[in-house]
Amino acid sequence: MCTYLTESIAATGSGKGANGWFGLNEVNVYFDHPVHAPADHTLNIDFINSDKGPSARVAVELTAETARALVKAIEATLAAVPAGIA
Amino acid sequence: MKESLTAETVMIAGHAGDEIEAYLAKPQDTDSFGGVVVIHHMPGYDTSTKEIARKFAAHGYAAIMPNLYHREAPGASPDDAAATARAKGGVPDERLVGDVGAAAAYLRDLPGCNSKVGVIGYCSGGRQSFIAACHLPLQAAVDCYGGGVANVPAQAPASMTPYIGLAKDLSCPLLGLFGADDQFPPPAQTAELSAALDSFDKPHEFHTFAGASHAFFSVDRPSYRVDAATEGWALIWDFFGQHLAS
Repeated sequence: MCTYLTESIAATGSGKGANGWFGLNEVNVYFDHPVHAPADHTLNIDFINSDKGPSARVAVELTAETARALVKAIEATLAAVPAGIA
Repeated sequence: MKESLTAETVMIAGHAGDEIEAYLAKPQDTDSFGGVVVIHHMPGYDTSTKEIARKFAAHGYAAIMPNLYHREAPGASPDDAAATARAKGGVPDERLVGDVGAAAAYLRDLPGCNSKVGVIGYCSGGRQSFIAACHLPLQAAVDCYGGGVANVPAQAPASMTPYIGLAKDLSCPLLGLFGADDQFPPPAQTAELSAALDSFDKPHEFHTFAGASHAFFSVDRPSYRVDAATEGWALIWDFFGQHLAS
């Protein structure tokens, strides 16, 4: 199925795409058909710079299990950062 | 049928006269042919859908697939273009109809075309195939597991509206190919669409394949189901042969 669901957030940071590093201004998250991953549906994340054109994109396609583990890993990492740094 | 064909990229005047890219595949070993507009799925104007266009040409039809994401991402790779179009809210239905209409007109203008043009779409393209057939004068339409019949998904783009109300406007016979295990559309929703078409005496035949879910035609995905796909293609050849052949 096509879920059409898309969560979008503004972003500050950088990503490395096919043409090297670029600054990010947006991250889009959706659960839908992957292009490459061997699964019917995946949690897809596009790290993009909408001002630099369609190819300014770092894409990942993760199984739901991996995506949930990633969320926990990010939260755990941020929780372990000493106060005053993040 | 020798299955000889040519395939190329062309530019067509799409909705509102916008110039958009399209993939055209034509049969070589026939002097008279029908046409098929192929609507790509949400992942875009990709290799697998171009293969489908060539398959139609090998079977004696001129097939054209407009790049529905060309405006958002001209020249981009299909996956980048799909991501960009998605981020911008997807393809408005009105624009989709305009692009399919332009593609159908392009086919009818080809030397040798018998002026009979059908449309086929997969996944989101299945829904769009039905919408196009309710707005345009076509001779046949195939909806392969298009969802969003009675209800559109939560958080769907504002431009996407339920289409069951369009049933009264269907311009041509409709072939629907669905998976019994699909959740979008589930069998209950395709039955609802069938009932709506019945109420307006719109010719249609729906087939729901046991053991198949969404995207059972996709040979490069785990959802591929050989039995459903093989039978589905046979139904498509019979259906287009009946309505589009010279």
